[in-house]
Formats: sequence, structure tokens, C-alpha cells
Amino acid sequence: MIYFIYDATFDGLLTAVFESFDRKLIPDKVISENEQIPLFIEQIVDIATDEVKSQRVWKGLQKKLSPSACSMLTVNFLADYPNLSTILFRYICKTFQSERSIETNFSDNDVLELSQLYRKVRYEATRVMQFLRFQKSSDDIFFGPIAPLHNVLPLVISHFTDRFADQKWVIYDTKRQYGIFYDLKSTQEIILDNIQVEETTGKLHKEAMAEDEKIFQQMWKEYFNSLAIKERINPKLHRQNLPRRFWKYLPEKR
Amino acid sequence: MIELSEILIGRFLRKKWKKQSVQKTIIRSPENYFSTIKLSIYVIISIYYKNGIQILIPRKPAYLQKSYLRNMNDATLQKLKILAESAKYDVSCASSGTVRGNKSGGLGNTVGGMGICHSFTEDGRCVALFKIMLTNHCIYDCAYCVNRRSNDIPRTAFTVDELTTLTIEFYRRNYIEGLFLSSGVMQNPDYTMERMIRVVKNLRVIHRFNGYIHMKSIPGASRELVREAGMYADRLSVNIEIPTEENLKLLAPEKDHQSVFKPMSYIHQGMIENMEEQKKYRHAPRFVPAGQSTQMIVGATSETDREILSVSSMLYRQPSMKRVYYSGYVPVNHFDERLPALQVPPLVRENRLYQADWLMRFYYFSADEITESERPNLDLDVDPKLGWALRHPEKFPVDINKADYEMILRTPGIGVKSAQMIVASRQHTKLGYWELKKIGVVMKRAQYFITCNELPTFTIQEARPEYVRKALTQKANDKKRKNPDQLLLNFPE
Ligand code: SF4
Repeated sequence: MIYFIYDATFDGLLTAVFESFDRKLIPDKVISENEQIPLFIEQIVDIATDEVKSQRVWKGLQKKLSPSACSMLTVNFLADYPNLSTILFRYICKTFQSERSIETNFSDNDVLELSQLYRKVRYEATRVMQFLRFQKSSDDIFFGPIAPLHNVLPLVISHFTDRFADQKWVIYDTKRQYGIFYDLKSTQEIILDNIQVEETTGKLHKEAMAEDEKIFQQMWKEYFNSLAIKERINPKLHRQNLPRRFWKYLPEKR
Repeated sequence: MIELSEILIGRFLRKKWKKQSVQKTIIRSPENYFSTIKLSIYVIISIYYKNGIQILIPRKPAYLQKSYLRNMNDATLQKLKILAESAKYDVSCASSGTVRGNKSGGLGNTVGGMGICHSFTEDGRCVALFKIMLTNHCIYDCAYCVNRRSNDIPRTAFTVDELTTLTIEFYRRNYIEGLFLSSGVMQNPDYTMERMIRVVKNLRVIHRFNGYIHMKSIPGASRELVREAGMYADRLSVNIEIPTEENLKLLAPEKDHQSVFKPMSYIHQGMIENMEEQKKYRHAPRFVPAGQSTQMIVGATSETDREILSVSSMLYRQPSMKRVYYSGYVPVNHFDERLPALQVPPLVRENRLYQADWLMRFYYFSADEITESERPNLDLDVDPKLGWALRHPEKFPVDINKADYEMILRTPGIGVKSAQMIVASRQHTKLGYWELKKIGVVMKRAQYFITCNELPTFTIQEARPEYVRKALTQKANDKKRKNPDQLLLNFPE
């Protein structure tokens, strides 16, 4: 068994492809350094991320694949999915080995799997756009905690920066412990080592919450509750539309 | 568009986005730094950079902050409850049809297509817009409406300020895509329209709000006001409510079809003139970019589905009319002899009407094909497309490899997408059972109506319509028995 271990960056993954071709070494698995390394492995190859090498691989990919297939790869890289690195790695290698682009060859398991995964990741990004809720903090920053299935924040940044251009906001992935901060000009990645959110209710701490925040949450909740037409209630459909895992941060479902 | 932004993101990801970035901006809560300062000061995320060193700016404690929202209080909350209650029976919620990027520095955009559902009510409807009435006071007395003059319900009205603040603050928190504003009639239609316009104008001009706005035009409003409203709203709608004029007069004595159709034509004219202007000056302001829509109540009066559909098809002849909504009558006013005593709203009928509407808009069906004059109501057991096929066995089976597009579209089990794919791919190869299945044809249905590459099987010609009907409704009935709640209420655009 040969394992490639890379630094969990996309560049790292591309470098791994480069090294594999360069050293004529085909790994059985590619894992990122955040993953558990099994005990008994014959050979572990540490991949040192190298931008020059990764650039070359990326350029090559762009020549062989359509732009949408390239972006499919980067989007899928954000997925939380078992064996993801290995599948992506194999996909890229196959692309280089075959004459024609493999992107529509759905009889290949990796191609099929990645195309299905892509849809899931995109859908999760849409759900973040739907169900993210901002709470106004006492320093006038709109704080939106959320815990999506996949690491989709990068996919929604442009939507939120366009829509909420005139307010400062943070979108925080509580599962992956990082967030995006928009300061009216640009966005940057931040890590909060003490997020001011109540564990159980998902609300900002009282001291951290803007004075008027509570009343708007309450208003929204009341508004929502008065919307349902009792003659038509359908709980199953409701849960299907609005998955439970998002309820924690929705004022209307608290 | 999408492709391009994807590529941008891709590049962005590669260059800057690393799961583990090396440079982290760590923001700590102030206890760690200012242990001497009492906990009254918290910092969440105010950070400044100074010569590359990051410093934290303690923010003002909450009690020192001045709020401009002092006017939001329990009274507003009460109003909100009352007016949301009054607005909820209007079903239209699609926030679709406009793509408008944010103007620099403003608030909001609209994303086009479906719009975004930010929540779902417990009856399964999408909540995209903040649907609210400016007031539920009304001088009219429409029998089908909760807000009619003769009802004894709490009445209230928002001030223009209250409503704009609520909209903006909800929008800022990502609760909504925009505003859907309607109103009862205060004093007279124009007076009401004027106040509504003040709300949307405030939003657009003062708050620079770029989100979606759907505004109801009050029946009987004047041309000038409808025109003005159209300059700010993405969509305007005037509800017909009752499909025939005599029944409308019976239930809403103060209204007539003129008062509905006139504003509709104002909107229509406005859009046409605007199109001309847009040709001349590219930056001419847009007039109701998402067109107009209307609504009819189903089941409150005696109209047949045939009559309802013919009204719809007449409306769709105006290109500005984007959607007709059907709303199953919910018995809100008991003890009115003019109204039927329904236990539950006619949900199945409503659903069948939406399907029929769909057939008119995307399947080239004409209104009078969907029902027969002898049986002017839709069949509740089968969907209208299947119903038509069962009444016309002589048109089937359809040869998938030869028939023209329109006929393939009319085959049960084949949707628009599959029909297009069939026409495209049969140029390369002859299509058989498996190819059709892959394309997404519902073979369980389609099998009785098609022949394909293989030998013709058991089609409607051999089986007879009665058998097919039974075979196809049996399963549905079984399913219904298993989960009786399963009645989808969706309004796809
Ligand atoms: S005019 Fe509108 S609000 Fe007034 S009673 Fe009629 S339907 Fe209701």
C-alpha cells in the first residue's frame, strides 16, 4: 500500500498528481494530513506543496477539460466525503491518461460519483443562501452562524457580498470553525476563538446582541407563525423543505 | 454567467483559499486582552490593522448605543400579527423574473429564476417575500375576504416608516427576498394606492433598496398612480378573484371587472412603452421588469373549470401577464348564504388547475382542449394531460422515433425536458425502451401511449382507455391511502 499525504490544500492535491507522474508512482490512496493515517502502511509519501508544479497541472487540466469540469473539481474539493482526495486524484490522473476528455463518461464510477457529489455540494450552498440568518451584534456587525454539511462558504461569498454590500457581516461555519468577515470593502477569513453564541439556542449572547435584535427576531417569529393556514398543515412536507439541522439558527423555529 | 463565476471562484479557491490558511486573523474576546477592564466591554470582531499589527477596538457597551429603532415596540408587534394574518390567504409568493445586481453601496439584489425561499410555512409554502398588508381597514365588503367591512376583527394600519423599517431589517437579516405589499381600501382606491407607493418609493429612493418588490394594485386605482407604482415595483398584480363578472358582483357588490381590467391594461401599456424607451436609451428606468400576475379564487362560486381556464387563457394572451394563480377557497367567513359551506378547501381541484395552467403555458394546449364542453370540470382522479389522452385514444400510440415534437409533448409521462431530449437524440440513434428511461420518461405512464424501436406492446389501442385509466389511478390511490397528507402544493415558475 502506498499512501500520499498532502497538506489539505487544492495546490497540494495537484502537486500530488505531479509527483505521481514524475516519480512514476501510483498511490493506493491519497489523504490529507487532517485525516487519520492507518498504522501499517508500507510506504508513505509526503507531498510538499509546490505552486509551480500545481500550476502546471492546473494548466494541463484546463487544456483537457471544459471550464465547467474544472470548476466541478474545485467545488467538489469543498465536499465532506469519504475518500474524496483519492477520487479527485484518480479523476485528474485519468483525465491526463485518456485521449478524450472523460467528463461525460458516466460509466466510469469516479466520474459519476463526482458529478453526483457536485450537485449535492451546490445544493448545500443554495441552502446556506436560503437558511442563513444574520443576528445583529452590538457592534453593528451582522453575524450569521451556520453548520452546513459541506464546506460551502467559499461558494456563497459573492452572493452575500453583492446582496449585503452596505452592512458589515460575518458568516461563520460553526462546524469547521472558521468564517468570512466582510468589512464593507473586502472579505477575509477569520477564526473566532470564542464565538459569542449560546450553545443551546443558537442566539448571540445577550451582551453581544444589538439592542434591537431581539425584537426583530421576535417579530419574524410571530410573523412566521401567523402565516400558516391551519387547514393545510403538512408536517412531513415541512421537514422535507426545511431540514431539521438548520433549525437551530432560524429564529422562526427556535 | 454561471460558468464564468464558477471559474472565478475556482481560481480564487486555488490561489487564496486553503482549508488551512497560514495567516489567521485571530480575534479574541477581550477578557484575554483586557483582563483588567471589567466585562462590561465586549469585542466581537472590530479589528483594525496598524503597521501590520492587529489591534482590537473595544466597542461601546450596548446601553450606550443609540438606536434609531425606538419606534419598534410591542405595538408594532401587535400590528404585524394582525396584518400578517390578514395577508396570508393571498397565495402568490414567487419572487422571480428579475435579475438585478446591487448598485454600488445599496442594499440587496434579486437573483432571477426561482428567487430564494428563505423559509417554509407549516403548510409547505415557500416564504420568499415579506407578505404584508399596509392596513386591513377596508371600505368594501367582499364576501370571500376576511377583511371585509362587516367582519368584526381587530383593525390596524402600519405607518409608512414602520413598514419600511421592518422590510429593511428583515432583509438585512436574510429572512426575505423582498416585500409583497397589499392593502385593504382606505377611503378610496387612489388614497390607498398613494400610501402604498410611499412605502415602495421610500424603500427604493431613501433606503436604496434593490431587493424584490411585488405590489398589489388596488382595483379602481387611477392610471397615474399605477404608472408611478410600476417605476418602483418589480411586479404589479391586480386580482380578479372571481372569474365571471356576475358572480363578482354578487360577492363583491362594490367591484366590477372594469375596475380590475383597467389597471391591468395600464400596466400592460406601461410595459410596452417602456420597452420602446429601453430600445432608445439603454439606461431608461425599467417598468415592472417582472410583469404582472393575478389570482382567482376557486370553489367560492359556481364557475366551472372550463370557464376559469378560458379566463386564464384570455389573460395569458397579454405578454405582460406572467402568472395566473388559483387559490382554493378557504372558508373564512361562515354564515354567509352566498358562499358554499366547505369543510376543507378544494386542494385537489386547485392542484389540477395549476397543472392545466402549466399545459397551456408550456405544452401548447388550448384552454378548450383541456376540458370538454359536456364535462366542463377537470377530472380530479387523473391529471389533465392524462385526461386528454384518455379521451383521445385515436391519437395514440405515438411513434417516438417519428412523431413531431408537439405530439411527443402531449404524451403522458413525457415532460418538456424529455421531449426535447428525445427530438435531439433520435437524430443519432433510434430510441428504445432503455434510452427513453435514461432520458427520464416515466415509462409506467408512457408505455400505453407510445411505440418505439421495439415491437409495439400493450398500448391504449389494445388495452382500451378504461383499462389504462384504472391501471394508472390504482397506484395513485394506494399511495394516497398510505400517506394521505401527501398533497404537494407547489408553485413552480
Ligand atoms: S377590497 Fe380587498 S381587502 Fe377589501 S374586502 Fe374586498 S378583497 Fe377584502
